[in-house]
Amino acid sequence: MGAIASAVVAILLVAAPASQATTPSPTPPPSNQQFQNSISGFLRDDTRAPLEGVTITAKSGDFTGTATSGANGSWRIGVPTQGTYEVELDESTLPEGIKLAEGQANPRTVTFSQTSNLSVIFAFGKGIVIQQQDFGQNLLNRLVAGLSFGLLLALASVGLSLIFGTTGLTNFAHGEMVTLGAVLVFACSAMNLPFWLAIILALVGGGLFGWAQDSGLWRPLRRRGTGLVPMMIVSIGLALAVRYIIQFYFGGATQQLPFAQSTEIQIGPVSISPNNLWSLVISAIVIVLIGIVLLKTRLGKATRAVADNPALAAASGIDVDSVIRIVWIVGGVLASLGGILWAYYRPGVTFDMGSQILLLIFAGVTLGGLGTVFGALIGSVIVGIFVELTTVFGLAADLKYVGALFIMIVVLLFRPQGILGRRERVG
Amino acid sequence: MDFGFILSSAAGEIFSPTTAAYALAALGLAVHFGYSGLLNFGQAGFMAVGAYGFAISTLSFGVPFFVGLLIAVVGSVLFALILGIPTLRLRADYLAIVTIAAAEIVRYVVTTNQLTAVTGSANGLAAFEGGFYDMNPFPEGSYFGMNNRDFFIRFIGWGLVIVCCVIVWLLMRSPWGRVLKGIREDENAVRSLGKNVYAYKMQALVIGGIVGALAGMVFTLPRGAVQPANYGTELTFFLWTCLLLGGMATVLGPVIGAMIFWVVLSLTQGILYGLIESGAVTWLTTVQAGQLRYILVGIALMLLMIFRPQGVFGNKKELAFA
Repeated sequence: MGAIASAVVAILLVAAPASQATTPSPTPPPSNQQFQNSISGFLRDDTRAPLEGVTITAKSGDFTGTATSGANGSWRIGVPTQGTYEVELDESTLPEGIKLAEGQANPRTVTFSQTSNLSVIFAFGKGIVIQQQDFGQNLLNRLVAGLSFGLLLALASVGLSLIFGTTGLTNFAHGEMVTLGAVLVFACSAMNLPFWLAIILALVGGGLFGWAQDSGLWRPLRRRGTGLVPMMIVSIGLALAVRYIIQFYFGGATQQLPFAQSTEIQIGPVSISPNNLWSLVISAIVIVLIGIVLLKTRLGKATRAVADNPALAAASGIDVDSVIRIVWIVGGVLASLGGILWAYYRPGVTFDMGSQILLLIFAGVTLGGLGTVFGALIGSVIVGIFVELTTVFGLAADLKYVGALFIMIVVLLFRPQGILGRRERVG
Repeated sequence: MDFGFILSSAAGEIFSPTTAAYALAALGLAVHFGYSGLLNFGQAGFMAVGAYGFAISTLSFGVPFFVGLLIAVVGSVLFALILGIPTLRLRADYLAIVTIAAAEIVRYVVTTNQLTAVTGSANGLAAFEGGFYDMNPFPEGSYFGMNNRDFFIRFIGWGLVIVCCVIVWLLMRSPWGRVLKGIREDENAVRSLGKNVYAYKMQALVIGGIVGALAGMVFTLPRGAVQPANYGTELTFFLWTCLLLGGMATVLGPVIGAMIFWVVLSLTQGILYGLIESGAVTWLTTVQAGQLRYILVGIALMLLMIFRPQGVFGNKKELAFA
């Protein structure tokens, strides 16, 4: 396990300076500025041996970037903007006896979708034929990926929904709580802590952040009787401050967590990457646990009582403040976990990764019904699957979030209280 | 550290075209939130509709300047109607989520590679401002140290700010404006007087949106380029900071707020960069100094909201929230 981790880190370390050295630019840049976006990949022949010294070119408009694959077969081309590029592998630089697989397009056109790194795989070898996935296969794969994405969204939105239900706050800083989890894992791994410890520290950090937010900011504001709209604007200020604080320390680049690279495995008819499978299993288990806690335990019942009517809950002897504190801590831990899984799903850690999915989290919560926990779960899964499925039905990859946001607006038009919400909540 | 230069560049921000654009967009927000209580978190979307509506109609269809202006305004009216129809009957936080989502939809759509021929995708569009500068009545020369182009865009930008301020001021002291403020204070009370609250809110959303679209044009003309990255959610949040700085239910508040916002940003940048260059501060890079400023914006927004929600000029009685 540790050996794999250090190998991954070593590959990343090798790849990073190589990218700086091999990134030419059309016009001399003002300083030795490195592009934030990149196209990269690993070249391996059919026996999985790395191919060294192969030249690859990426073109878009006037921009042309070239890279040569390193000793481990890795190559990376920094590009100025996310967009569509024509990537060409110079076949004359291939080692002797190695040929591109039949049906492997070269040059091929690739398009960025949301992330700042785009991996391009070239297949080599004689007998290997590029598989053209049939529609049903693709649909099934996307469905499972969407479920995995939806469940990780649900982790974050269940927390958001609990907070909304118990305090009425629409927390725009929830995206930063998501980012924090992934950034903490990266920071702990960078300090050479074991992977499991990094995960635990990140979850603890997320819980602490939730607790600190509540006791340092939101509880005093509730005591002052601050209205919900001012609190919403305060949360926007908090989101801005925390996002740029994270960027201040973390920088603007995309980093990878340990074990981020994985090849897809075949389970029955579905091909899925082990990371996505792990993510699916972990989030499903956690969500079932939350459901059990909410439905069966005293604490869960108290939480639902506070969400339903805080004054009545207080009158019947429930300590509303301590319930809210626990909700914030749990919300922070869940958001952290969601952030870690999101970092593997994308893959990559950036300072704004949380705010990228904040609106999808909102969409999930609104779709399910503001303030209902199980609604948030269902809504998020629908959003996740919808986001992945729209690409199967021909929507461009860089528009996949638009579909989910659009659906949210349409649902508000016809059923504003959401799927599980009650009519009276909408007012 | 050259304090003279830092101060003069900060003073230059007071009347820069970007400040005018922020002032206009924040004025639109004042109509939405300050006077009507509508939580619009998608003002960046209105600005994008204005900027792209103008740029696309000029570049793709070659229409003259005023037709492009008209198309931008019509685009923002349609955008407001689309946003308003599903949400204006619902609670305030629904409008907030829908407007921010709609603004992001606009940004994703103009960024997508599918429409590169029309929107230029991530690179955006450029070279559409010719028709505007052709109307420049000022002959070449120096105007207060600016060339005639720079002076013209400031003249038009701030002219628009003044005209819009006067219109908003007149509207808000009219009977129509009083109904609007009534809706902000108590929607049900106004409804019980037989007023069509929904229609009034929609009109306010459209008017604020048009001002936002004009702001988008003022924002994009001096740059000569429109890029989707400029119209993210951060832009909306900065506009809210400007609005809350000045005072949300005032006409001059958003304008002064935008001026303060940019002067403070420029001053902190000048001072931080100066300290870094002179070696007094070694724990900070210039990139980090830029981020430090936005951390301060976030903290300022929180503190303002908590301790002085009425802003510099506002009246505490006229808050859109109790």
